[in-house]
Amino acid sequence: MARALPLKDPWREQRMFLGRVIVAAVGVVLLCAVLVARLVQLQVFEYQHFADLSQGNRLRIEPLPPTRGLIFDRNGVLLAENLPSWQLEIIPEQVDDIPATLERLELAGLLENAERDRIGQLIRSQRRFEPVTLRSQLTDEEVARFAVRRQHFPGVDIRARLARHYPFGPATAHAVGYVGSISADDLSRIDRSEYAGTSHIGKTGVENSYQELLHGSVGYRTLVVNAQGRELNAALADDAGASDDEASGISQRLPAPGRNVVLSLDIRLQLAALEAMAGRRGAVVAIEPGSGDVLALVSSPSFDANLFAGGFSPSDYQALNSNPDNPLFNRALAGKYPPGSTIKPILGLAALHYATVDPQQNSMCPGFFRLPNSDHRFRDWKPQGHGMMDLHQAIVQSCDVYFYQLAIGLGIDRMHAFLAGFGLGTLTGISIPGEKAGLMPSREWKRSAFRRREDQVWFPGETVITGIGQGFMLVTPISLAHATAAVAVRGLRYRPRLLLADEDSSSGDVREHQPQALEPAVLTDDAYWTQIHEAMVGVTEDLRGSARAAMLGSSRSVAGKTGTAQVFSVAQEAEYDEEEVAERLRDHGLFVAYAPAEDPAIAVAVVVENGGGGSRAAAPVARQVLDVYFKDAG
Amino acid sequence: MLATPVASRHPASPGAQLLRGLHLDGPLLVLLLAIAGIGFVVLYSAVGGNTALVLRQAVRLSVGLAVFFIVAQIPPRYLRIWTPWIFMLALVLLAAVLVVGVTGGGAQRWLNLGVVRFQPSEIMKLAVPMMVAWFMHERPLPPTLPQIGWLLLLVMVPTLLVARQPDLGTALLVAAAGGLTIILAGLSYRLIAGLAVLCLLCVPLVWNMMLDYQKARILTFLNPESDPLGAGYNIIQSKIAIGSGGVFGKGWLNGTQAHLEFLPERSTDFIFAVTAEEFGLLGLLLLLSLYLALVGRGLYIAVQAQDTFTRLLAGSISLTFFVYVFVNAGMVCGLLPVVGVPLPLVSAGGTSMVTIMASFGILAAVHGHRKLLAP
Repeated sequence: MARALPLKDPWREQRMFLGRVIVAAVGVVLLCAVLVARLVQLQVFEYQHFADLSQGNRLRIEPLPPTRGLIFDRNGVLLAENLPSWQLEIIPEQVDDIPATLERLELAGLLENAERDRIGQLIRSQRRFEPVTLRSQLTDEEVARFAVRRQHFPGVDIRARLARHYPFGPATAHAVGYVGSISADDLSRIDRSEYAGTSHIGKTGVENSYQELLHGSVGYRTLVVNAQGRELNAALADDAGASDDEASGISQRLPAPGRNVVLSLDIRLQLAALEAMAGRRGAVVAIEPGSGDVLALVSSPSFDANLFAGGFSPSDYQALNSNPDNPLFNRALAGKYPPGSTIKPILGLAALHYATVDPQQNSMCPGFFRLPNSDHRFRDWKPQGHGMMDLHQAIVQSCDVYFYQLAIGLGIDRMHAFLAGFGLGTLTGISIPGEKAGLMPSREWKRSAFRRREDQVWFPGETVITGIGQGFMLVTPISLAHATAAVAVRGLRYRPRLLLADEDSSSGDVREHQPQALEPAVLTDDAYWTQIHEAMVGVTEDLRGSARAAMLGSSRSVAGKTGTAQVFSVAQEAEYDEEEVAERLRDHGLFVAYAPAEDPAIAVAVVVENGGGGSRAAAPVARQVLDVYFKDAG
Repeated sequence: MLATPVASRHPASPGAQLLRGLHLDGPLLVLLLAIAGIGFVVLYSAVGGNTALVLRQAVRLSVGLAVFFIVAQIPPRYLRIWTPWIFMLALVLLAAVLVVGVTGGGAQRWLNLGVVRFQPSEIMKLAVPMMVAWFMHERPLPPTLPQIGWLLLLVMVPTLLVARQPDLGTALLVAAAGGLTIILAGLSYRLIAGLAVLCLLCVPLVWNMMLDYQKARILTFLNPESDPLGAGYNIIQSKIAIGSGGVFGKGWLNGTQAHLEFLPERSTDFIFAVTAEEFGLLGLLLLLSLYLALVGRGLYIAVQAQDTFTRLLAGSISLTFFVYVFVNAGMVCGLLPVVGVPLPLVSAGGTSMVTIMASFGILAAVHGHRKLLAP
């Protein structure tokens, strides 16, 4: 040892250690005394109390799950309700051999084999004395089939429960969402005791984001049961010595039902939009500009949300999941599309705001655009060109060349900043889950998005095509509707919302929720709004307006803008023939609008995937939605 | 060498000679077997006469006894030399659990070694007191202030690693094992009081670090009736089981709480309540007496031990064993919050059985490998 150690004194240390051990032993004896005192308290002094609890009345605590709140649309139409149904439950603690029991249930045709993993996981994650739902919404025939075999399945039973039902099925599937069986994953996130006796939980949409409101809080009651665990009726229980409720510990707390919620949705618009989109892929979002109320949110194709609530079979789910049109995908919130020309009104505003164009000045559209010192032709959708164009006409006729020039005048960074002010390229913050952000490119974005150095440079040509909403730029239907609503009310912005109010289902007390204003888009001159509004009205009313045909005869004056987004690029000088292009490569059709133009009450964004042009595919969909919206107003 | 080894002080019976030759301590072995025997009787009732489960426990006990026997053969000075390595290995394994551990029941506690899954935190229950005893072995007692700093570090690092898993119960036991060793090493009472105050001051901090389910357990402990369906359920049912057992108990296999399946986890953490229900206060007093005798024998061995390492280790093992018993019994009868600590030697379960038998193996080795002075 290199260190000089202080001397150890073995005798002193041993004495010290003995002292410590004696103190510790005294501590041990004292703690034992505390323990014994506690046992004497429980087993001698409170013996009678506990003996009553255990003997005279064998108590079983049963959870009373709350009734889930109802969901209404803005006019009070029921969108989600609870209907009685039969479900198959297992209490793991009462089953000797769970795998064998599940296997026999499969043989009896009451369970699908593919469910076994999920159920096994659920059983393992739950407390063993709590019932686990194997299946819900059994048919009468299945109930009968189980009833005759009941004696073979100890610990398995059928119970009547309330099951979620969506009267409008597919029309509300993406907005209202659905409930599904509580998964092991859900269990790790929730307070389990709050969900004792509850088998379903909100998975998507409103059902998910307002789960806490809708769920309510669990109640319980203590049951008197006999030695077999069957409930005794009150009279028998009295004989057994449970005369005094207070002393016997019988108690109950009623569950507090979930709150009803009133949504901003208008089911008539949902139905009209889904019908107008029938057979096509895409999305429709309608927003009330003055509040951010989402009036319609539809993704097509849709699916029947009742399948999820009913605990449908894995094979059904497989079919839904492997459908090439992907009905489960919420295009309205997560579908990313190039906005095409629908972005032009806002870019027009940007050019006015930064004073990079003179709205009165005409410029020539020869049908193509060339950057200085470049041979590359950026083509207009109209090969022969539009001739002389000012800003108004360029929006009305959707002249691409005008906007190529406008984009070069603005530059990508100003475009980025201005469009971001309308919520494009970011999340709108709608309260239901699943929203994805679009993409508003900028120099900075490109530097960080690409790995290779040569890809990180921003090219002027990329600025040019951003001017017609092509290139890197992507928007979601919800953000497009949100931006259109902001244009309609001169830059005021509200967070898109679905929840108008929630209501105590027993007392009827209503709690209203206020719209949430976002940072408004402000222009250097307020008159610019009017110029763009007039141009958007021109789109539907001018003789050469690109949406004139679709809006002809509308009861209200509509301001709109069509858009056509290329899915693949056409080679230079090649002729574009729609017929020859495979369906999946055809252009996306887009349309944005608000109405009435003079006092906007509704803003709509429509995307029809591979629908061809916006005026032909998307504008008629918006027209149908607007017609239904204004029908009652006369 | 001061002492010359001699086989025995007095001529002994052949049985005693055999035990002595195997380095086994008679009283220790008898008490262990007696408690385990009671354990089997209660377990048989708790699992509802399921002999397969009882047999499985018998296998675990056999493994435990084998470990006890093997460890008893190791002279403690080898144990002392290995201590830093065992401690380091346990630390590495603990860190490995955090990185690649198997998640079970929401916490990462297990390490999968292909054949067996085991919890490195179990090793820590022994490795920490061993390390503390090793550290003080050649240094004079009581420890100086800087030494105390090192000792606290040796205890806190593994404790925090275990707490991160998160396994609060085991973390507390690891800390208790280390802390008791330091106290036995002669930490001044004034410092003990000071540290206790410091711990109390840390309570709000720890509260903030705790996970929701851990907080819920504490809140439920303070008022079980607030949550009769959730966390409070166990404790309510367990109190009913204990109280209704009375002085004489309901009789073996007659516990309604256990057999009507009101009492959850009755073969593991809550087996004390089954004992209470079926054998009453008298049965518990017998069981507690056996535990006390075992702890007493352990402390006697510690006092008889001949160097600092074995002395501290034996003392700490005995006291930690009592802590297990007290924490489990205390939680089951509602004196302490519910933490997952099994009743040693009685609860069904393999991991803690091996650790406990290994620690008693060390006690036997400490006693059996003493160098005895010739009379």
